[in-house]
Amino acid sequence: MRYPAFLQRVADLADVQPARVLTFSINGQMVSAREDETILTVARENGIAIPTLCHLDGLSERGACRICIVEITGSPKLSPACVTLARQDMEVITNSERVMDYRRKILELLFAERNHVCSVCVSNGHCDLQALTIELGMTHVHYEYLHSKHVVDASHDRFSVDHNRCVLCQRCVRVCDEIEGAHTWDVMSRGYLSTVITDLNQPWGESSTCTGCGKCVQVCPTGALSEKGKSISEMTKKRQFLPYLKMMRGEEKT
Amino acid sequence: MNRLRLATAWLDGCSGCHMSLLDIDEKLVELSEKIELVYSPLVDFKVIPENIDVALIEGAVSSEADREEIFILRARSAILVSFGDCAVTANVPGMRNKFSLEDTLSRSYVENATLGKCIPLDNVPKLLEYAKPVHEYVKVDYFLPGCPPPAGVILSTLTDLLNGRLPAIEGKTRFGA
Ligand code: SF4
Ligand code: SF4
Ligand code: SF4
Repeated sequence: MRYPAFLQRVADLADVQPARVLTFSINGQMVSAREDETILTVARENGIAIPTLCHLDGLSERGACRICIVEITGSPKLSPACVTLARQDMEVITNSERVMDYRRKILELLFAERNHVCSVCVSNGHCDLQALTIELGMTHVHYEYLHSKHVVDASHDRFSVDHNRCVLCQRCVRVCDEIEGAHTWDVMSRGYLSTVITDLNQPWGESSTCTGCGKCVQVCPTGALSEKGKSISEMTKKRQFLPYLKMMRGEEKT
Repeated sequence: MNRLRLATAWLDGCSGCHMSLLDIDEKLVELSEKIELVYSPLVDFKVIPENIDVALIEGAVSSEADREEIFILRARSAILVSFGDCAVTANVPGMRNKFSLEDTLSRSYVENATLGKCIPLDNVPKLLEYAKPVHEYVKVDYFLPGCPPPAGVILSTLTDLLNGRLPAIEGKTRFGA
């Protein structure tokens, strides 16, 4: 908002005031937070685990997967912890039966929507999606599989994308835009037809924006993005680089 | 002591799950004193018997014969276990599901064949449009994921069932294991 000149200086000063500190509870435990912190951040600061899939330290939040949903007393709907800000006196519950049940259902829907065949996947054994099945106690998919038709694009010299294994977390979209600055990835279409694309849906190998840095491959939680010619044991992903890159650029929040 | 009447079935799978069952190694001797294998690809019974206590089902339901077998097994078994990823998720056999049945058959028997190019129709069970997990057809009591499930987990599941305990499977095996 633009104030008259004589008030603007006051308004500018107000903007740099430190954020307000507020208190609320998570699972009955009192916690304090800055007003610009999310429930997920505060929970993790206090050693309370909330499972996530699309969240990755060092990238902006997207709220794409909804695995981190929590209950807030007084609200009938469940809220994603990664994009919900802390509020004074709110009561958050992260592990009720209802929450766990919906998390499992969301996970099952991810499996029903695409064709995740773990036994023949390059990420078998080091996949965030697969790890969640154990963490959330998912034993099988209660829904009918969609048997959706997805392709593999191996046109890039060094990488390939297998859309059968994509969970639309958009980590690739964000890392390529926010860290590499190339913005090669985007999402096309809506709902279950959504697909990640390179440039204007051209084959990755023909992309004029991709620098070949491989950051998207490293952050992909599943085997959707992989390096060609790497065996399962070699294709472990290195995510630790992200917070460091941000820190080097002085972008890390203090 | 009554022995546990165990059946195992081999639908659309690679038999790897049965191999993992045999991988229990020397513990098999101990186990064999407590179970009676009443129907299985490992023994030579042609007909599915009545009164099965536990049935382990390997493989996806892929053909009309699989579908028939699974309905009978369900009706005659007290406890039915989806044994391995193919039974639990359709896994590798399910990879044909995104193609039409016609395309799948013609790829296997015509396009990639050098001799006798023709799709076999006589004396083979008809393939269903989709290879599906067992629980999409019948009620499944326990799910034992893994490709194959590790021998130790198969043993502990059978031991739990033998002792009248609910099998504790969660966290011991996973999809693709
Ligand atoms: S390799 Fe680098 S530049 Fe290319 S799409 Fe991935 S993150 Fe973007
Ligand atoms: S390709 Fe990987 S990183 Fe990109 S949206 Fe799909 S699962 Fe996420
Ligand atoms: S689950 Fe794996 S080992 Fe078992 S039958 Fe299927 S492909 Fe073979």
